[in-house]
This record gives sequence, C-alpha cells and structure tokens, in this order.
Amino acid sequence: MSFFARFAQNRGALIGLIILTMIILMAILAPLLYPESPWRMVQRPFLSPMEVDGFVLGTDTMGRDVAAGLMHGAWVSLLIGLVSTAVALIIGVPLGAIAGYYGGLIDDGLMRFTEFFQTIPNFALAIVLVAIMQPSVTSIVLAIAIVSWPPVARLVRAEFMSLRHREYVEAARLVGQTNSTIILRQILPNTLSPIIVLASLMVATAILLESALSFLGLGDPNVMSWGYMIGAARTVIRQAWWLSFFPGIAILLTVLALNLVGEGLDDALNPKLARQRQ
Amino acid sequence: MSDTILSIRDLSLALPRGADRHYAVENVTYDVARGEVMCVVGESGSGKSMAANAVMGLLPKGVRATGGEILFDGQDLLTFSEDRHRHLRGRRIGMIFQEPMTALNPLMRAGDQIAEVFEAHGVLTPKERQAKALALLEEVGIPQPEKAIRAYPFELSGGQRQRVMIAMALALEPELLIADEPTTALDVTTQAQILELIRDLQQRHHMAVMFITHDFGVVAEIANRVCVMREGQVVELGSANDVLDTPKHAYTRALINAIPSNAVPPTRAEREPAPLLEVRQLHKVFRSRGGLFKPAREVVALHDVSFTLDRGETVGIVGESGSGKSTLGRCVVRLERPDSGELRLDGIDFTVLKGDALRRERKRVQMVFQDPYASLNPRTRVGMAIAQGPMANSVPREQALKQAEDLLELVGLGAKTAERFPHEFSGGQRQRIGIARALALNPELIVADEAVSALDVSIQAQILELLEDLKQKLSLSLLFITHDLRVAAQICDRIIVMQHGRIVEQGTAEEVFLSPREVYTRQLLDAIPGRAHEPAMA
Amino acid sequence: MLYARLITMRLMKAIVVLFLIIIFNFFLIHMAPGDPAAILAGEAGATDKEFLRQLRERFGLDQPIYVQLWHYVSGIATLDFGYSYRQQMPVLDLILQRLPATLLLTGTAFVLSLALGILAGSLAAARVKKVSGSLIMALALLFYATPLFWVALMAVVLFSVYLDWLPAYGMYTVGAGLEGFALVLDVAKHLILPATTLALFFMAIYTRITRASMLEASQQDYVKTARAKGLKDRVIQRRHILRNALLPIITLAGLQAGQMVGGAILTETVFAWPGIGRLMYEALMQRDYNLLLGIFFFSAALVIVFNIVTDLVYRLADPRIKEAS
Repeated sequence: MSFFARFAQNRGALIGLIILTMIILMAILAPLLYPESPWRMVQRPFLSPMEVDGFVLGTDTMGRDVAAGLMHGAWVSLLIGLVSTAVALIIGVPLGAIAGYYGGLIDDGLMRFTEFFQTIPNFALAIVLVAIMQPSVTSIVLAIAIVSWPPVARLVRAEFMSLRHREYVEAARLVGQTNSTIILRQILPNTLSPIIVLASLMVATAILLESALSFLGLGDPNVMSWGYMIGAARTVIRQAWWLSFFPGIAILLTVLALNLVGEGLDDALNPKLARQRQ
Repeated sequence: MSDTILSIRDLSLALPRGADRHYAVENVTYDVARGEVMCVVGESGSGKSMAANAVMGLLPKGVRATGGEILFDGQDLLTFSEDRHRHLRGRRIGMIFQEPMTALNPLMRAGDQIAEVFEAHGVLTPKERQAKALALLEEVGIPQPEKAIRAYPFELSGGQRQRVMIAMALALEPELLIADEPTTALDVTTQAQILELIRDLQQRHHMAVMFITHDFGVVAEIANRVCVMREGQVVELGSANDVLDTPKHAYTRALINAIPSNAVPPTRAEREPAPLLEVRQLHKVFRSRGGLFKPAREVVALHDVSFTLDRGETVGIVGESGSGKSTLGRCVVRLERPDSGELRLDGIDFTVLKGDALRRERKRVQMVFQDPYASLNPRTRVGMAIAQGPMANSVPREQALKQAEDLLELVGLGAKTAERFPHEFSGGQRQRIGIARALALNPELIVADEAVSALDVSIQAQILELLEDLKQKLSLSLLFITHDLRVAAQICDRIIVMQHGRIVEQGTAEEVFLSPREVYTRQLLDAIPGRAHEPAMA
Repeated sequence: MLYARLITMRLMKAIVVLFLIIIFNFFLIHMAPGDPAAILAGEAGATDKEFLRQLRERFGLDQPIYVQLWHYVSGIATLDFGYSYRQQMPVLDLILQRLPATLLLTGTAFVLSLALGILAGSLAAARVKKVSGSLIMALALLFYATPLFWVALMAVVLFSVYLDWLPAYGMYTVGAGLEGFALVLDVAKHLILPATTLALFFMAIYTRITRASMLEASQQDYVKTARAKGLKDRVIQRRHILRNALLPIITLAGLQAGQMVGGAILTETVFAWPGIGRLMYEALMQRDYNLLLGIFFFSAALVIVFNIVTDLVYRLADPRIKEAS
C-alpha cells in the first residue's frame, strides 16, 4: 500500500489535512482579500457579526475588522509554528544523536543539560525570555524553540540508543565505516519517521504557545495574531463574547488539524503500530 | 488405555485477510489421551500452536474457527460461550508458555500470581491459597520456596520463572496441560531439568500433556505420541518410536535428518599448526557505573581466557547464557575492548589498536550475527549493504557493487538480488546476505556468533553447509560461537567449553564429545535432549 | 533508609538545578538590552534615581561581572530576592503570600486531571472498537487542541455571565467575612472553574497516554497467562493491565507538572486567582523584571517538588526500581 493510501485510511487525518489546507489558503489569501493592514480602524467599534455588510465577523473594540485580523493571524501562527519547530529540531536532533550514539559521559552531560531545560516550567521560561528580549517574531520563535527542543533530543537519543547496538550498526563498525557515516547513513534514516510525527505535533504545540504569549501581551506588536485578538477582547467579554470566540475557534481548528495529520502520519509511517492500536 | 480427553476433528482456523495464507490450520485431526504426552512438532509457521490456542479459547484477534470441532471430554469447545470457556481455563486445562521472562506479571509477587488461579475459580480462602501456593512451589522444586513465594519475577531466574508458571498451571490439577515451547528460551541444562519436571508431574498426576515444540530432540525425550505439522496440515501422526525410528513422510525424515547429529565428525587431516589467532590471558569485567550512593556492580565476563586458532581451523566456543562466549567473540572482533590480555592476529596485537588504525586493521576479522532480522539495515539495498565495507576501505563504488553481486552469487542468492531490500528475504536468505557482507572484505577470520540459532533446523543445515563450503573455497578460519552442542559437533575441529567467563575444557571435537574430562562438560552433554535416542536416529 | 537516601539525592540534584536557574537569570538580565539596574528596578522603579543607586550598590553593578554574579547568587542563597518597587514589598514576601493559592489550584487540577484522565483512558481502552471509546478519544483530542486561556474565557461567559452558576473572579467573595466551613465552601465554589479549565488539557493528555499504555500492556504475554488462568476480564483489566500501564502515566505526570505550573499563569490571569501566576502577569504588565525572575525561580522550585513526589510514587509502584537503586 502506498504512503498516501495508508494515510488516507485514517479518516481523521484526511479531515485534518483538509482543514489545514484551508488555513494555509487563508494565510496565503489574506494579503489579497484584505490588502490593508488588519490594524486599521475601518468601521465603528463593537459591530456584531453580520450586522454591517462586508464585516462578516464584526469589528473589535477599536473598530478593526475581525475577519481581516483572523486571516492575517493565520499567517503568523503558521510561520511561528513552523520556524520554531525547525529551530527546535536543529537543536534537538544533533544533541540527541550524539548523546545516544556515544553514550557514557557525553550522554550523561548532554542529558543533564536536557533535563535541566525540561525541569524549568516551559511556559514561564518562554514568558521570561520574550519579556526580557522584548517581544518580536524573532524573540518569540527563539523562546518557543528553546522550550520545545528537549523532547526532540530525548526521542532521538532513545532511538539512537536502541539502534546503536543493532547488529547492522555493529556490522557497519566492523567493516570500518566512520562514526559520522554510521550516524548519518545507518541510524538517522531509521529514526526519521518518529521525528516527523513528533515535529507535526510540535508545530501544533508551538501555535498554542504563541497564542498564549500574545494573549498575555507578549506578541510582536507589529503583527496581528489570534492570541492578541483574544487578549485584547478579554476585558469586554461580557459585552462582546464573539470577539474572543472566533480567534479561539481558529486556534482550535489549526491545532486540531495538525494533531490529526500527525496521527495520520504516525499510522502511515508505522503501519505495524497502527494495526496494533486498532 | 486410550481414554481420549481431547479430540480435535477436521479443525480449520482461518487467518485474517491479508495474511500470507488463508488458513492457520486446515482440516487438522488428532487426539490426546489421558495420561499421555502428545508432541505437536513443526517449524515456525507450521500452525502448531494455533490449535492449542483454540482449545484454550485464546485465539489471536482476527483468527477464527471455520470448521470442525474440538471435543474436550466429549463437549465441543467451539460452541462454548466465553464465560463457559473461562471456567474451563485454569481449572480443567492449564497452559504454560515459551517466554518465562515475559509471561509473568512483573509487578506481582510469585505467590500472589499462583493464588490468583484459586481466586479466579472461587476456590479456598485467601490464607489457604497462600499455603497451597507454597506447597505447589515446593512440588515444582523451586529452591527456597518460602522466599520464592514473596519474590517478584525479576528476582527469579528463567528456569525458576518457568517453574512458577508450571506451579500455576498445575494449581487446580487440570486434566490437560498445554505446554507451548516451554523450554525453547532456556539453557540446555535448565531445559533438561524442566523436561524432567514436566514428565514427572505428568506421571504423578496422570495428566494429559499437549507439548508443542520445534525440536525433535525434545520429542525423543518426552513424547508418547507425535503429530508432525507443516504449513497448517498434519503430515504424520503416530507413536514416538514409530515416527522417530521409521518416519514415513519425507518431510519428517528431512526434519529428523536435519538435526545436527551427535556423531562426531572424523578428525580432519592433520594440519601444520600455523597459529592465526593467539589469545592470551584475556580479562573483561563489566561495570555498571555507580552513583554517589550507588555501589558499582561488577560482572566478570572473561577470566584468564587463552587459546589459539590455527589457519584453516574451525574452533567452537560452547557455553550457556552468561558463560562469556559472546563477549569473547565480541572482543576478538573488537566490538568490546578487553581489560587486559593479548589478542594477536597474525602477530599484530589487536587489543592496543585504536581509532583509525583499528578501523584499517579490523577488516581482517569479520562477524556473522545471530539475528537475521536485525543484522541488515532495513533501508539499505542488500547490494549496497555488502558494498559498504569495501567502499569504507576506499574501493571505488562501481567496483564494490560489482563485487557485491559476485558475492551474492557465491552465497547462492544470485546477482540480481542486489537491488532488493532486506524485507524481501527470508531469515535463511538474510543470513546468507550477512555472510556475503562478512566476506566482502576478504577477511582471514570469521566469527560466527550464534549464526544459525535463530533459524529453523532445515535452514540451519543449509547455512552450516554453506559455511563449511566457503571455508574450504576461500581458506578461511572460523570461530563458531554457539549454545548448541549438536551444532558445534557438526562443524568444529576443536571445541572450547566455557562457564562463568572461564574456559572449562578445550580439545578436539572428538575428545570433548567422547571423553569429556570435566564434570560441567558431561552435564552439558547429558542435557542434550534426545541423546538417549541417538543411535536410532543416526 | 532507602527513601531517606533517595530524597537526599533528589534534593541535592534540586539544589544544583536551582543554582543553575539563578545563574541563568543573572545572565538573562545582562543579555537584555539596556541597563541591568533599570531592568531589576522595573519600569516604575527606573524613574527613581535613588532606588537605582541603591540597586547598583547592592548588586555591585560597577564591579567586574563575576563579583556581580557572586552578589546575586549569595543574595538569593540567603533568600533575598530583592524589592518590588511597584508593589512596595520584598519579592519573597509577595511570592510567599501568593503561593498557597497556586498550590491549591494546581494541586486540585493535578489530582482532578489524573483521576479523570486515567478513568476515561481505561474506559476508552476497554471500548476500543466501540463508538463510546472513539467518542472519548475525540473529546480528548478536542480538549488537547483547545487553548487553555480561551476555554477559561468561554467558561466565564457560559457559567458566570449567562448561567450565573459560578463566580467568575477571585478566590473568595470579597467583603463577605465568611468563616469556617462557609469559607471553605465559598473557596471551593470559586475553585471549580479555574481548576476544571486548567485540568481539561492535562486530562486530555492522561486519557490519551492511559489508553495507549493500556492497549500496549494488553498485548503482553502476562495478560495471556492471566487469561489462561481463567480470570475474569474485569480483573485482568484492573490488576494486570492497568497496574502495568500506570507506570508510564506516572512518569508523564511528573514531566507534565512543569506544564501545569505554566498553565496556571494563564488560568490565574483569566480568573484573577490570587496566586503567583497572576502575580507573574502583573509583573509582566508593570515590567517589574526582578519580581518576574523571582517568580520564575519559584515556579521551577515548585516543579522540582512535583517531580520528587512523582519519583517517590513511581518507586512505590514498581518493585524493580528498589533493586536498581
């Protein structure tokens, strides 16, 4: 069975893929449909959804178009989710690979380092980092990457540890392959599928983290984001609940879709496990 | 005497769709009488365990009965509800499994796991259950039963766990005991003890035993009657003596002949002693690193091991698990570094080599591994897997790949197979690929670590033949590590017996087998299943 | 004896981690753009020249960096976390004042999420191929994907604004002057929404891991042994499968403790729950970075305590560990 056929067998994954595609389309179409800045005041404040033509989701406390904010927010969420995950992988994969392959004191040292980062409460650390570095897309991406690489390192280490004594790896050592060849050609390719699955789930978590940071007022002040929209509307929740409701749904759908896709990838990449799970 | 307790009639069990065949077993018919041991024999995939699972009502998901009946004491078990079946399990039919390491709940004390059988069927008070559990542990011959009853599985050895399993299966004195490869995971001496225990208990309780095994040696040891299965069908059925001495079916004959016989190979032509490998006073201790509050643990893996291996010779290292035989092999190929001692190959001391120097020299000694499934990278085409060695030693890619094809031809797989991935091959074929990979660097010495242990007997014989053949053709020397004395007898010129990290005895194959000097060697030889039956079999 | 040794060991490790966090904080202040004194003083304090001078002196900010580090570390080692200019109180006092509320909230949410998560997960595992099992998993996925702060807000809208069942803000009714049992009841009423919304996300995690871990355990050989004994399915589920499946759940629960403290920041912010999470938000709003770092240090300490507790529980649950340690 082909990779996609296995993926599509999981109906949830297919739905997730569709939702995700729609959100990506939203991000791409945002500058076309709403070419003006989402920060611009365009109508009187507190319009409820559908109240005035052309403002499907109404306006916020400052008279900004909620629909425009939602579309532009998609771009920011996806960007921060993807880039911070990539950075976390760049930190976590080599660390985990080296710790798992060499073992011994190197492993001890690297794992203490990883444990240290795992002990620190993630979100609190992210807050402190962004607050002190000053909020910007770069500082947010860095902060999220710094708090989310430890699981990657642990996963890769565990995979390397179980594979490094596999007989084919020992055979490679015996025929004289160098350590770097063994790591890159014998072991790493066999750890890719769990890494891919973890990465897809990490994008989801990163999006949640970003929204929580901007909810607390730690978003980049130059870009519109879903978390900011909810945070800004928090004080008027009694009068205008929809201002918080729609961005929340947007976050929920994105994160849900990414999780569904992640599960589908897991099934497709590890067909044996998937059968066991059923 | 033929008072039948279990009667399987025309049983067919269908496998789920997508399996490599439609039926696990097809139209299988055999009986088990009270007080007899019925051995169901077959290689992996023969469906030998499936009928037993159906008897217990423990068929794996997706497998279902499509025809026939299973009459237990006259009643058809296939018509039983899950609840009725449950009342039978443990009470009238007991079962023991292959893996003593995983068959017990790791978080429960041995005594509680036995007492659970009584609880499951509402028998006895909790206090009586514990007392009975203790009595059972005594009966199955566990040392220090008062201690064992409070022990967790991880505190018991493999043999002891299997005894706990047996105690559990016997708790309610079932009329039928199903033993599914109960000794396969055990060392020979432990295997001999467990077989004796089962035979003993069977006679004392006048139980019927359905004994599932792949090993004709075990059959000779324990069976009254034998049922030989192949690809889901019964090929031969009869009394143990008839089947072992005068097998009618060609497949049975092939299986019996494939068992490495105890007949010691004739001493080969005298060779000029030309030592290739000289091992002197090798020591190796494994230490778990201690922590601040944790004492370091030490396990002596090798103690004062010395021997030589001549050019063109095959030396067998024989021992049970924990004897240090594998560590010795791994030291020879320098996957492990000995603590002290010398290991000279052609005069070069391998123990002192490091880094790049080691990488350059180690091609002279190569290894064939045990597990045919773990020894090949699932993402590398087999041709490439073989060529990687020469390429790492600066042979151009094209040339290395061409050479790989030749090697595949040499091990009997054909050059065309180079483009395929490992999962397209069977276990025996993969082992051939592993051998080709070891040969790619033109080594002088090959270390084969349990290289045929994971294979079915018929395949075992083929691989041994291939090794012997290649050895002659390429004038190789072979260090053959195995737990199986019968295999060692078949291929080795000289044999070294190891126990607890030390060499107990070494000598020519003839000396070790026919006139062993040490007690331990004799114990090992006596423990070989089916030994008493040997003359008839050979 | 064994436990005493274990706890000492864990405490020593904890001290090392906390020490590293202090150093981390120190360098964070120095990496930040701007004058370290101004950062420590906070936005409000930075306008007070006298206060800044005091700070510079106290932390030796005109001296080499290692001297500064020494000042900083030895200050915190003697439990001196500095002064919050904005709140006109020592940081330590502020935090200790708010700590009990956070402990109550996270503790309740922790127990709630674990209990409900394990229950839901085992139900889902037992009903693997049934609609009810899939429904539980779908709900778990939904909770897992929902932003915590948003659920909290929506809960306020639904249960406080529209239904008016539960109070939306604070920890007790201000000015009611309740005592004894009435006070307990009042706090409990205020606790329901924050604790439940905080627990939801973690419940989702525990549900998923419980199900996965039980399905995995049910494949093990000892389950087949248990069935061969003739044990009832219910007993096998509970005694053999669940007990073995609990081990990875305990490990995960320990790892998630840190997330829970982080989640409390959001929950406390939404519900104006007077704990250190809310305090952190206030510090953030007022750019009171010295207070922020103090809270950060304490939240890490809290996580370490959670970790030690789960470690001890794990040792109780798994007899094999005793041998190994």
